[in-house]
Amino acid sequence: MSTPLLEAVAVRHAYGPLTVLDDVDTALRPAGLHVIVGPNGAGKTTLLRVLSGVLRAQDGVVRLRGRPIRSLGRREIARELAIVPQELLVPFPYTVREMVAMGRAPRLGPLGREGPEDRRSVDRALARLGLGEFAERRFPTLSAGEKERVALARALAQEANLLLLDEPTAHMDLGHRVHTFEWLREWIQEEPELRAVLVVTHDLVLAARFAHELVLLDHGRVVAVGMPWDVLTPERIAEVYGVEAQITRDAGGRPALVALRSLIRYGAGTDEADC
Amino acid sequence: MTRPLLALAALLGLAVALGLAVGSAEHPTREIVLEIRLPRVVLGALVGAGLATAGALLQALLQNPLADPYILGISGGAALGGVVALALGWTVGLGASTVPVFAFAGALGTTALLYWIAAAGGRAPPHTLLLTGVVFNAFASSVIVFLTTAVDLSRVAGIFLWLIGSIRVVDVWVMGGVAAFVGVGLATGIHGAFSLNLLSLGDETAAHLGVEVATFRRRILIATALMIGASVAVSGLIGFVGLVVPHLLRLVIGADHRVLVPGSALLGAAFLVCADTLARTLLAPTELPVGALTALVGGPVFLYLLRRELSRLRV
Repeated sequence: MSTPLLEAVAVRHAYGPLTVLDDVDTALRPAGLHVIVGPNGAGKTTLLRVLSGVLRAQDGVVRLRGRPIRSLGRREIARELAIVPQELLVPFPYTVREMVAMGRAPRLGPLGREGPEDRRSVDRALARLGLGEFAERRFPTLSAGEKERVALARALAQEANLLLLDEPTAHMDLGHRVHTFEWLREWIQEEPELRAVLVVTHDLVLAARFAHELVLLDHGRVVAVGMPWDVLTPERIAEVYGVEAQITRDAGGRPALVALRSLIRYGAGTDEADC
Repeated sequence: MTRPLLALAALLGLAVALGLAVGSAEHPTREIVLEIRLPRVVLGALVGAGLATAGALLQALLQNPLADPYILGISGGAALGGVVALALGWTVGLGASTVPVFAFAGALGTTALLYWIAAAGGRAPPHTLLLTGVVFNAFASSVIVFLTTAVDLSRVAGIFLWLIGSIRVVDVWVMGGVAAFVGVGLATGIHGAFSLNLLSLGDETAAHLGVEVATFRRRILIATALMIGASVAVSGLIGFVGLVVPHLLRLVIGADHRVLVPGSALLGAAFLVCADTLARTLLAPTELPVGALTALVGGPVFLYLLRRELSRLRV
């Protein structure tokens, strides 16, 4: 097995009495499109924050290319690792181009002057996300799905080889969702030795369709990890999500999931007593 | 990027020319222009630049377009520092710079306190900060009232005169001190302008993009306090410059801090020079306090922005 580009080993973290990550191992390997899925509150976002080094886990270690991430400066990390957070609060009316250009931050000089190479990189990122005609629009006027594309473009302009994306397609329509996963795969293949992507998503259908490795997280623990068809079984879906699901194979042999009905019964016990 | 700044510099030039040409004397002599009007115009420009730049920095730091040194109580904290020095008659070996240094300490303490409260819940909603400002202003004025009743009457008049926001001619050493404080603050802001863009998106996003947030934030807090402390020390409480100026600029030249920070300094300087010229000519020979004039413009603008910001939050 190849050495991981980014890895978390035996990570444990609690917010007060609530354990959010309990002995979690995860790794990004060259050319890997890793997808983390799991129900609300499973610890997905916390794991991403630990991996990006902004949250120091109480236990365990994160290594970026073999070096402990806590020994690296933010600028150094930002050249290797680009992060798209779950939500982006923008209090000022920056243009789309300005937002994407912020991705160049770790490569600019102290006065933040952009050179021709920076502008080319921003143009490439805008083009890849189909944002060329949006470049001069003010960010707050965009729709939620368009804002997500801007966040992705900014991560691309950063020209880091590792991407950590927290629900990057939550507000996108189906077309843009599929397109996002497709270009992520292409992007990885441009530098397969160096690049890897970790995506957190609730979209099990696309996760199953595109992931090289699927990680199923629940209550801060890794319930299952591996190829999508090993991870997604009707039993696990029922246990973790409380959903009765049918799993078939698509033409390429990948699992296709159909949710049939919810098994969640709030307050079921008292109902019976009342009858 | 430089064109809007050149236009703003030209605007400042016009404001200065106006400030030198207009006044209560019908046939101003050379002395009146050079020795009375010029120092006042220069000081007005420095204070305006300091307050407007401080507003722009605070807005980025707190991710809140409604931040203003006066509204948030930082000017009040600086005033409290200054009054302590005036009331107790301390000089502690600082001579003429005692009041500026105490005002700086008051501004720094208040900014740190404000940040500490704001940071408790991640990005503080606008009203939390405004509430903090209101409470702190009330607290600062009560301490000021307490201090002024405790000192002898001969000093009280001086203190109240100082508190009402107006540009007073000060000696050349104090002027130099103000220029140094504002200059260092402005240079820090311009140097960190791109990082301010990143910080305005939140601490975590800034960290993701390579900013060492804690260090950078500390530097900006000190720069802000320097500019506010120096401005308050020589001109008392002048409100809303830090709110109105960056806001107007964002509408015209956009939100990029690489233009917004130097632009705020230029427009703030031009704005206060004009306001001060108006204040001393409108009812000449009686002088209006310029602080009353800026509040006359700033108050309604602030209420309008607050209303807009709140309706945006509801969406």
